[in-house]
Amino acid sequence: MRAAPGEAGRDASLVELRGITKRFGPLVANDAVDLTIARGEVHALLGENGAGKTTLMRILYGLTLPDAGEILVEGRPIAIRSPRDAIAAGIGMVTQHFSLVRPMTVAENLALGRGGIVFDARDARRRAADAAERYGVRVDPDRRVADLSVGEQQRVEILKALARDCRVLILDEPTAVLVPQEVEGLFATLRRLVADGLGVVFISHKLGEVRAISDRVSVLRRGTLIGTVPGHTDERELARMMVGRPTFGVARTEDGPPDAAEAVLRVHDLRVAGRGVDALRGISFDVRRGEILGVAGVSGNGQTELVDVLVGMRRPDGGSMTVGGVELAGASPSRMVAAGVGRIPEDRHASLVSELPVAYNLVLERIDEFTSGGRLDERRIRDHAEQLIARFSIRARPEDPVATLSGGNVQKVLLARVLSRDPQVLVVSQPTRGLDVGATDDVRAEILARRAAGTAILLVSEDLDELLALSDRLIVLYEGRIVGELTAGEADPERLGLLMAGRAVESAA
Amino acid sequence: MTALPRPASFARLVSPRSTPVLIVVAAIITFAITSGPILLAGANPLAAYTEFLVVPLTSRFSILEVLVAATPILLTGTAVALAFRGGYWNIGAEGQLLSGAIAAAAIGQLEGVPSLVLLPLMVVGGAVAGAAWAAGPAYLRVRFGIDEVVTTLLLNPVALLLVNALLHGPWRDPVSGFPESPRIAAAAEFPALLDRSRLHLGFLLAIAAVVVVGYVVARTPAGLRLRAVGLSPGGSRFAGIDVGRTLLLTALASGAIAGVAGVGEVAGIQFRLTSGISPGYGYTGIVVATLGTLTMPGVAISALFLGDLTVGASSAGRALGIPSQLGPVVQATLLLVTVALLAIRRRRTVVAAASPDAAATVSGALAAEIAVELPPGDAPADGRDAP
Repeated sequence: MRAAPGEAGRDASLVELRGITKRFGPLVANDAVDLTIARGEVHALLGENGAGKTTLMRILYGLTLPDAGEILVEGRPIAIRSPRDAIAAGIGMVTQHFSLVRPMTVAENLALGRGGIVFDARDARRRAADAAERYGVRVDPDRRVADLSVGEQQRVEILKALARDCRVLILDEPTAVLVPQEVEGLFATLRRLVADGLGVVFISHKLGEVRAISDRVSVLRRGTLIGTVPGHTDERELARMMVGRPTFGVARTEDGPPDAAEAVLRVHDLRVAGRGVDALRGISFDVRRGEILGVAGVSGNGQTELVDVLVGMRRPDGGSMTVGGVELAGASPSRMVAAGVGRIPEDRHASLVSELPVAYNLVLERIDEFTSGGRLDERRIRDHAEQLIARFSIRARPEDPVATLSGGNVQKVLLARVLSRDPQVLVVSQPTRGLDVGATDDVRAEILARRAAGTAILLVSEDLDELLALSDRLIVLYEGRIVGELTAGEADPERLGLLMAGRAVESAA
Repeated sequence: MTALPRPASFARLVSPRSTPVLIVVAAIITFAITSGPILLAGANPLAAYTEFLVVPLTSRFSILEVLVAATPILLTGTAVALAFRGGYWNIGAEGQLLSGAIAAAAIGQLEGVPSLVLLPLMVVGGAVAGAAWAAGPAYLRVRFGIDEVVTTLLLNPVALLLVNALLHGPWRDPVSGFPESPRIAAAAEFPALLDRSRLHLGFLLAIAAVVVVGYVVARTPAGLRLRAVGLSPGGSRFAGIDVGRTLLLTALASGAIAGVAGVGEVAGIQFRLTSGISPGYGYTGIVVATLGTLTMPGVAISALFLGDLTVGASSAGRALGIPSQLGPVVQATLLLVTVALLAIRRRRTVVAAASPDAAATVSGALAAEIAVELPPGDAPADGRDAP
C-alpha cells in the first residue's frame, strides 16, 4: 500500500506520517497508515464514516496519541503529544465543532490564544484586521461571533489557525455545515491560501467536493490506506476505493415479502428543520410486514433526525408517521413503545442507563409490570434478565452495570429489551458499528429472525455491506431527501456510493 | 488538557461504593491539615482529636448530645442525598428547613389543641412548607431548564430574611421584646425520648426518614425511576420515563424532609423560632450527603460523625484551653476536603465515561491554551470517526 507519488514533488513534503496505528479496544481505527502532505496542495482524506480519517488527523494535531508510528515535519521526526506541540510545529486544525467564544468579538477571539498580561482592545482589532487582510479571509473584527453565520465562524477558525503561522491546515468535514454558496467561498479561500504555499488536509466523504478542490486524494477504508491518487480521478473509481467490495457474513437468504404484504410503518412528507439547511425535507416511505427497508447515506444527511423522530426523541416539524394506522409523529417514547415500535438507535449508551445493572435496564420500559405490592419484584426482574441473557447469549450477569459490558453485549442488551416484546415495527440504526465479527453476526441474525417473524424493519446503516446483506429494498438519503430507491437486486456498492455522494444516476427514483 | 493522569490507587479509594473509606480518608487529611492551627494554639493535635472524636462518646450525657446534634443533619443529609440521587442539585435545604421551622412555629402557637393532633399537624405542616419552598426552583428547572443550583441557593437567604421579618414584626416576643417568636404551646413540644436528655421525637423522625428513603430508593419502582433519571436523563427519557415529573417529585420530597428538620429544631430544642434556629444545617446536609456518597447508610454514618465532631469541638475548647473556633475550622476543612475528594472522583468518572479522547475533543485548538471544565455527566459525544 505504497502511496502513489502525487503531482506535488516529494521534496516539497511538509508533513509525513509513517506507519500510524491506533486501536480503540478491539477496533483498529488506523492500521499502519502512511501519508505525506506537500506544500501548496489540497490533500483530501476520503472515506466513509468510521474509516479512520478524523482519528488520523486528531493524531497529527495531538488530540489523540497513536499506538505506533512517527510524524515528520519538514523531514525531522517530532513528538506531538498535545495540540500545543502541533501548533508549535506549524499544524492547525479546524474541527467540526468550533472552539469560539460566542459572546466575544472576532478580534477578541483571535487574541485569546496569544497570552500576555494586558489586553489591548485596539491592538487586538488592528491585528485581526491585518490578519484578515494578509490572508485574504473576509471577516469583520468587530462583529460578535454569536451574530456570525456558520460559514463566517468557520472563516474565523481558519484565521485563528493562520494567525498562529500554521503551514498545514487540517479541515475536518468543513462543508458539512455550509450551504452551497458558502462552500464556493471556502474553496476560493483555500485556493488562495494554497497558492501561497499552505498545505491543506481536507477531510470529506463527498466525491464531488473532493474532486473540485483536491490536488491529491488519499482514501481510507476501515482504518487502512487504500491508496493515494490524483484529485481528478474518476468518481466511480473513488467510490469503489471508498466503499470496497462486499464481504458477506450473515445475509438475507429467501426473497422478500410479497408486494401485497401490509405496510405497517408509513412515513409521509416528514420534515425536520436544521441549522441553515433543513435536516429532513419531506421524506415518504412505507415498510411492509416482514420487510427490511435499508436507509443508505453518508452520515449527516438526515438519518439521525429521521431515527430520532421514529423513536420518539424528537418532534418533527411536519409530516406524519403511522404504525398500523395510528398516528405517532411527535409521540413520546412511552407511546412509541406502547404502539409496538422497537427502537435501537445508534447511540447505545444514551439509550440505556449505563450505571444501572443489566437486569434493571431490561425492564426499564415497563417497570410497573415488574412490581408486587408496591415494590420492585427483584426475583422476577432477575428471572426475566436470566432468560434474556440466555436467549440472546449476552456475556454478563444480571447485576453487572451495563457500563462494564463490551459494545457487542451492550447492543445485545438493547436488542433483548426491544425484541422480548415482539415489536410490530423495528427501527434500528448502526446496529453493528464498533462490534467484533461474532457479535455482528449475532445481531444481524436477530434482525433477520424478526424479519422472518413478520416485523417491519427500518435499518439505517453506514455500512454498505450490511445494508446489501440484509435489506429487501434500499433508499438513499442525501441532504435530507430520498435521492434513490433500489431493490436488493439492483443495488451494488458502486451505484449506492454514487447516490450517497450526491451523484444521482439513471436508476434514481 | 482535561484528562490529567493520576495515581490509580488513589482514584480507587474514592470510588462510589466506598463510603467508610471516603469518610476515613477525608478525616485523616482534614486532621493533617488542621494540626497546624491546633499547634499554633498551643495544644497537642492528638489530644485535640481525642477530645473531638473520642471524649464525646465516653459519657451518657454527651453520647445523647451527639444524637441531638445529629438529628437535624440526618434529615437535611437525607433530603440532599435523595435529591442528588435523582439528579436534582438541591442546594436549598437551608431555606426549606427555615420554611418548615416557620410553619412549625406558626402551628405550634395554636392553643387548646391536644398533642395527638398538634404534633402530626406540625410535622405535616413543616413538610408541606419545605416542599412549597422547593417547588418554585423545581418548576423553573423542569419547565424552563433554569439551573436549580442557583435558584435553590439564592432562596436560602430569602428564607432567613423572611424569618427575621417575622421576628422583628408580628412575632416579636411580647414579653421580652427580643426578636424571638412566642414560645410554642406545651402541647406542641416534642416529647423527650429519655429522662435528663434533650433527645427528642425528631430523632425518631430522622431515623424513620433515613429508613423510608433508603427503602423507597432501593426497592420501589419510583426509586428505580429516580435513580435512572439521576444517572442518565437521556436514557431514562428514551425508556419512556417522565423525566420532568420524576425531577419535580424528587425536589418536593427533598424539600419536605428538610422542612421536617426545621420542625424538629423548633418543637424539640428551641420551642420558638429564632433567627439562629439553624447554624447552617441545610449546608451541613450537603456535607453529610456527599461524605455519605449519597447512600442512606453513608448518610447515617456521616451525620453521626459530624454530630460527634460538633459536640467534641465545644468541649475541646474548654478542656484544652484552645479557641472554640477551632471546631468550626475543623468542620469547614472537612467540608473542603470532602468536596475536593468528590470533585476528584467526579472528574475521574466523567473522564472515564467519555473516552479520554472524546474529553479532549471539547475544543480543538482552544484546549491547548485553556483548561476546559466538563459539565458533569454531559460528556461531549464527538469524534465521529472514533468509536
